[in-house]
Amino acid sequence: MTTSVHNLPDAESLLNTLTSKLAAYIRPDTAIVGIHSGGAWIAEKITPLLRQSNPESELTLGVLDSSFYRDDYNQRGLHAETRPSQIPFDVQDKHILLIDDVFYTGRTIRAAMNELFDYGRPASITLAVLINRGGRELPICPQVTALELEVPHHQKLQLSRDADNRLHFTLEENA
Amino acid sequence: MYNPQLTKDGKLKHLLTIEGLPRAILNQILDTAESFVGVAEREVKKVPLLRGKTVCNIFFENSTRTRTTFEIAAKRLSADVINLNVNTSSQSKGETILDTVDNLTAMHADMFVVRHAESGAAHFIASHVAPHIHVINAGDGRHAHPTQGLLDVFTIRRYKPEMHNLRVALVGDVLHSRVARSEIHALTTLGVPEVRVIAPKTLLPKDVEKLGVQVYHDMDKGLKDVDVVMMLRLQNERMSGALLPSAQEYFKCYGLTPEKLLLARPDAIVMHPGPMNRGVEIDSAVADGKQSVILPQVTYGIAVRMAVMSILAGNSE
Amino acid sequence: MKIHIKNGRLIDPKHHIDATQDIFLAAGRIAGIGEAPANFVANQVIDASGLIVCPGLVDVSARLREPGNEYKATLESEMRAAVAGGITSLACPPDTDPVLDEPGLVEMLKHRAKQLHLSNVYPLGALTRQLAGQQLTEMSELTEAGCVGFAQADRAIVDTQVLWRAMQYAATFGFTVWLRPEEPYLAKNGIAHDGEVSARLGLKGIPVAAETLALGTILHIARETGAKVHLCRLSTAEGIDMIREAKQCGLNISCDISANHLHLTEHDIGFFDSNCHLKPPLRSQRDRDALRQGLADGTIDIACSDHTPVDDDSKLMPFGETEAGATGLELLLSLTLKWAMEQHIPLSQALARVTHAPADILGIDAGHLGLDARADLCIFDSDQYWKVEPKALLSQGKNTPFQGLELVGKVCYTLVNGQIVHEA
Repeated sequence: MTTSVHNLPDAESLLNTLTSKLAAYIRPDTAIVGIHSGGAWIAEKITPLLRQSNPESELTLGVLDSSFYRDDYNQRGLHAETRPSQIPFDVQDKHILLIDDVFYTGRTIRAAMNELFDYGRPASITLAVLINRGGRELPICPQVTALELEVPHHQKLQLSRDADNRLHFTLEENA
Repeated sequence: MYNPQLTKDGKLKHLLTIEGLPRAILNQILDTAESFVGVAEREVKKVPLLRGKTVCNIFFENSTRTRTTFEIAAKRLSADVINLNVNTSSQSKGETILDTVDNLTAMHADMFVVRHAESGAAHFIASHVAPHIHVINAGDGRHAHPTQGLLDVFTIRRYKPEMHNLRVALVGDVLHSRVARSEIHALTTLGVPEVRVIAPKTLLPKDVEKLGVQVYHDMDKGLKDVDVVMMLRLQNERMSGALLPSAQEYFKCYGLTPEKLLLARPDAIVMHPGPMNRGVEIDSAVADGKQSVILPQVTYGIAVRMAVMSILAGNSE
Repeated sequence: MKIHIKNGRLIDPKHHIDATQDIFLAAGRIAGIGEAPANFVANQVIDASGLIVCPGLVDVSARLREPGNEYKATLESEMRAAVAGGITSLACPPDTDPVLDEPGLVEMLKHRAKQLHLSNVYPLGALTRQLAGQQLTEMSELTEAGCVGFAQADRAIVDTQVLWRAMQYAATFGFTVWLRPEEPYLAKNGIAHDGEVSARLGLKGIPVAAETLALGTILHIARETGAKVHLCRLSTAEGIDMIREAKQCGLNISCDISANHLHLTEHDIGFFDSNCHLKPPLRSQRDRDALRQGLADGTIDIACSDHTPVDDDSKLMPFGETEAGATGLELLLSLTLKWAMEQHIPLSQALARVTHAPADILGIDAGHLGLDARADLCIFDSDQYWKVEPKALLSQGKNTPFQGLELVGKVCYTLVNGQIVHEA
């Protein structure tokens, strides 16, 4: 069952909130990494905006698919749709802005950070998400959040992208 | 039809042959392999997927080369690797296989990579292992070498993504080749419309056309307008005898030279599963030429084997 | 011991009997059919209502594995399996260890078999010593010891000069030569039919020509020498055509096929099922259809079990390393019935192929229910299905391609020499 869209926050406006909050974190040697797939869509959308407002920073963009680092591999196996990670820059000593759509348990972030470190040693990692839905299970927490929204455990909050490249949130009951 | 490679819910449990595998599973392996290609280019060339798992390379037939590629693949997945070369000439062969398998199972191995000189050996082992163990066929007799078939189509897909629009020729000893059988099944499953085999009649199995290939005996006709030329290795012991008169005559009729390659499409790629017999199957000028993708095949071989291992190890019943 | 079998449907193909009739046995012989002989007082009455009463089956090829391979099977285990399958007479090939090439060995085997009071055993002697295809055996002596013919089992005589001489010598005395036609060079290391499945699975093939070439050679020599030849385990459509033609030309030949080949094809190998590793190999569907037709029209005289008990270890290997063969004694009747049902062959005609036809070719007085004939009978339920479960088979050989299948035809009683030797 999917809750009607108007009950949920508008993803596009949250994007604007996130972009403006992030301005303070941009440095000349900052790189942006989106987590596949929602985080990557967000990163793709906000990077040009951040570049406009921070012309002095190159703001290279990368994508991470942390499937190979997930801690539920032994239970669930490899995700059917694994995408190549693309980190087209040297991670060593970069300030990384790690972007994801929804922050929940923190396990995806744990996997993503592990993967990042296999590319090199970043100077710092800053985690930014559209929604922090609560329920974290690890000592990991986003520094930048567009919206805090409690979502019960039995529901799944998901970001999707339509044909017009617009982002939407959907809420589903867990199977 | 019952397929001993799949779990009850249709997931890949063992990789024994490409024959009978659904296209979706082949695509999943190839797509996953794409992700692993990048891993080899990173600072740390490892992912932790198989951390704590033990992969056993059980080779009843020696092959340092193949064993090494599986070993690298397993290690890049963070697995522990045990290599075992079993001398088949010792005692009763049947007992040796099952005893070996039971012993390794007792040592809590999770995955067997098996090579054996007898067709069907991998199926045999897969049907006798404990339920939690996954078996990968690294070559059984003349039957199958599925990871080689997969890495070959992976290579083709990278250079020629439009698989449904390709003409592929396999040249050489199809009769004795497990590689050829796996390549043929992989290509036809992925929808390659025209797969040709080019060989003298002595090196083709009877009824080979029932595998879905077109048969050519004339290299010039067979290579005409193909997009991919896949050369097969000719074993030394078969070069002169009742199958072929001599390596020289074979090269003259079926060796791939720059002149013969001109008959293929100008952008055709040339492949070989290795190790090559230069001057027997293939002229050095072709093997080292700009149309050759023989070395990328080796590189992709690791990624494809990582993909297979990580998909199998994740599919528990 | 006098036995009265009543109310059964009596089928005796040799005497063209197929009717509900009682049969009376006395002193190990058939004492009366339809009406009891004078003063007949039965010690036992068997009610065969709804059952078929027919001559005990005669199987021309059952490997008993004695002497030499007792770990695969023993005389006793296999003889018990035979009577459980309704088989009351059987011929065994000479490929034991040692080979049946000495009269003493044949006498010993006959003696041991006789003591078991189960089926009657008729050994086929070796045609050449050690089956090596070089030196002839003492065929006359062996015949006196009890051999009913001379065979090479699965070992071909490579030297055609020797083959010629062996057939000439056998013809001198009117002995039947039993040969399985397979050209050894073409069949070398082969493990499957040379065709679609062998191409797919990468198994070394045995071409059809391996059978037809050898068959051609044997038929030529038979014509020249006048030898009486029985051709064993035909497997190809082309081979059947050659037999048909040779018979039309008046050649003194006969032939058999294994019941396995009546039903199975190369495709049954599936993913390397070693139960389907047989000699000769399972061939194409076209070949199988020709075998079914050939058995129906009489080109093929006999269906046999080709019983070959193989120990589990010898089947627990990769396909090509396994030992060929399958257990068959307990399946022969059912496989014959299955063929008859599927091909719409009258029961009497089907039973002829496993009773008097093999008896005639073996030259033994068996396989029929004539008055005063030895009272070897099989009483079975032609409607009852049973499941082939290896554990339930009495033979020590448990491997069969029909494992797990439901087959029709359940043997209820088997009688040998007027004694009940099996009762289900």
